[in-house]
Amino acid sequence: MPVIDLATTPLRELNQALHDAAAPGHNDTEFEVINPKGAHAVAVGVSAPVTVEVKGSVGYYCGGMNEQASITVHGSAGPGVAENMMSGTVVIKGDASQYAGATGRGGLLVIEGNAASRCGISMKGINIVVRGNIGHMSAFMAQSGNLVVLGDAGEALGDSLYEARLFVRGAVKSLGADCIAKEMRPEHLELLEGLLAEAGITDARPEEFTRYGSARTLYNFNIDNADAY
Amino acid sequence: MSQNNHPTTPRKSATFDDYTMSEIRRAAATGIYDIRGGGTKRKVPHFDDLLFLGASMSRYPLEGYREKCSTEVVLGTRFAKKPITLKIPITIAGMSFGSLSGPAKEALGRGATLAGTSTTTGDGGMTEEERGHSETLVYQYLPSRYGMNPRDLRRADAIEIVIGQGAKPGGGGMLLGQKISDRVAEMRTLPKGIDQRSACRHPDWTGPDDLEIKILELREITGWEKPIYIKVGGARPYYDTALAVKAGADVVVLDGMQGGTAATQEVFIEHVGMPTLACIRPAVQALQDLGMHRKVQLVVSGGIRNGADVAKALALGADAVSIGTAALVALGDNDPKWEAEYQALGTTAGSYDDWHEGRDPAGITTQDPELASRLDPVLAGRRLANYLKVMTLEAQTIARACGKSHVHNLEPEDLVALTIEASAMAGVPLAGTSWIPGKTGF
Repeated sequence: MPVIDLATTPLRELNQALHDAAAPGHNDTEFEVINPKGAHAVAVGVSAPVTVEVKGSVGYYCGGMNEQASITVHGSAGPGVAENMMSGTVVIKGDASQYAGATGRGGLLVIEGNAASRCGISMKGINIVVRGNIGHMSAFMAQSGNLVVLGDAGEALGDSLYEARLFVRGAVKSLGADCIAKEMRPEHLELLEGLLAEAGITDARPEEFTRYGSARTLYNFNIDNADAY
Repeated sequence: MSQNNHPTTPRKSATFDDYTMSEIRRAAATGIYDIRGGGTKRKVPHFDDLLFLGASMSRYPLEGYREKCSTEVVLGTRFAKKPITLKIPITIAGMSFGSLSGPAKEALGRGATLAGTSTTTGDGGMTEEERGHSETLVYQYLPSRYGMNPRDLRRADAIEIVIGQGAKPGGGGMLLGQKISDRVAEMRTLPKGIDQRSACRHPDWTGPDDLEIKILELREITGWEKPIYIKVGGARPYYDTALAVKAGADVVVLDGMQGGTAATQEVFIEHVGMPTLACIRPAVQALQDLGMHRKVQLVVSGGIRNGADVAKALALGADAVSIGTAALVALGDNDPKWEAEYQALGTTAGSYDDWHEGRDPAGITTQDPELASRLDPVLAGRRLANYLKVMTLEAQTIARACGKSHVHNLEPEDLVALTIEASAMAGVPLAGTSWIPGKTGF
């Protein structure tokens, strides 16, 4: 298994090695990254079913645009972790800063600590599971996918939400424009059970969560809704 | 004497003119602001207010048809491993699939490729029509990130991070329900038929320090191959350009208020942002102050219509220009041959700007399959190529008359201004004087 030491190896070499893993003739499928020390853009644009274990905390955009890879950060992550992820899995053992999973289109992002503001902003199909709390304006303009929060949510959850589904077990400080609590139907319980299992969470039951979604009142312009914008 | 023998001549208010009053009545009747496409329609100082001096005793002209006047431009020489080389200094601006039909996007690609230049995606992702027919394609990276994916990033020839556009600096995209067809909805991951409002800020960075890291990420994902452009609306061109350079741009795209949009509020288009003419010199000054003029290329857009406009923008320091509205006109937009249909829509050829409604008789700004089929992408592409080549010839004609062997050798000293306003904005003397308001005495 290649071990890449970011204390001595340029970032470019790390990412190129991970990109090369998708090319024919490259047989390495497991990588370890040591001494990340908050480096930005670690393991971005990976498009292969490889495993990347990052031993330490990372800066901005770790796992950005990930496709197929399983990336685990044994530390905390800076802003924009797994932004625009297409598929695969990113797991953050610590906390994540703002914009976690922004615009993600697929795959699973698991944050075992807390996530800061704007978690899941503009998400487009990604599944995000946060064991702790999430900050304000999370799931802003979220279009598709599922955001699961075992802790509490900050202010203005799901503001201007489209069709993403939000499941929160704890308290929600306030809901954003056009975001409402919705009935948890059997298909949602089933969906949530699957997401929790996929994230490796065994100490929470789907029935403990509340589902939030779009009231769809802002989908088309209406002057009488102007105060909501 | 009766007052009726000397009636007061009806006098209309300059403040409450016919258009203003009709807008008040429209707002009162509908309860919604006016939304339209295009750029500002008000008269602002523009390239028409500048003149070239040409050669005479003190300058030596080049033979019009014999001596070489190059037009090639290379974009992205600062950091990108694969800079873009264009045969002409005129590019096609970003316009989305969604706002434009598939055949229109294809026509833009065909025309640009025939003329040896690039075209640009828009706020709806990359379509096969434009990738397949565009030899050089710039992929926009927008706040909405509709359709964004690493495969398209890698098959683009350059990446343009859009901070803003001249028609609406500080505003996001807008696509109303009439144009959210099944295909558009799928590409944007949105419900069909909604009134889509794109975010005005990027979701995962704020400010130039973050942007520098975002650019690092994009370069890492694409192996440092692609030139990275930063597009800004004309607002604070000196500082915006300087900060774009600081953030790591290879190319700065600067769009003045004449630059068009697919749809936004009329009040936004007409009252926010600066004229293109007012933006160029401050941007060039920022590049010069940083020692980056010609190292970070400057592309100017907003109201470019002919080769004279191209030459004037280059003389003021731009490396290339970009056209959007003019390209649509070349394809067939607002053509008088559809006058009867424009009349039926309550407008007239040359004034049609309700592009967001998707009922474009010319079949360009629509998602209606029947209307879209009116545009033949091959013929329309040929028209665009012709137009681009004419503009290039015109710019060369002027450059040769000024004694330049490359259009980039045009300089502010080749220009004078017809008005005090244009003189101040362009930083060139008022014609017949050596006076530049705010800079020199007379």
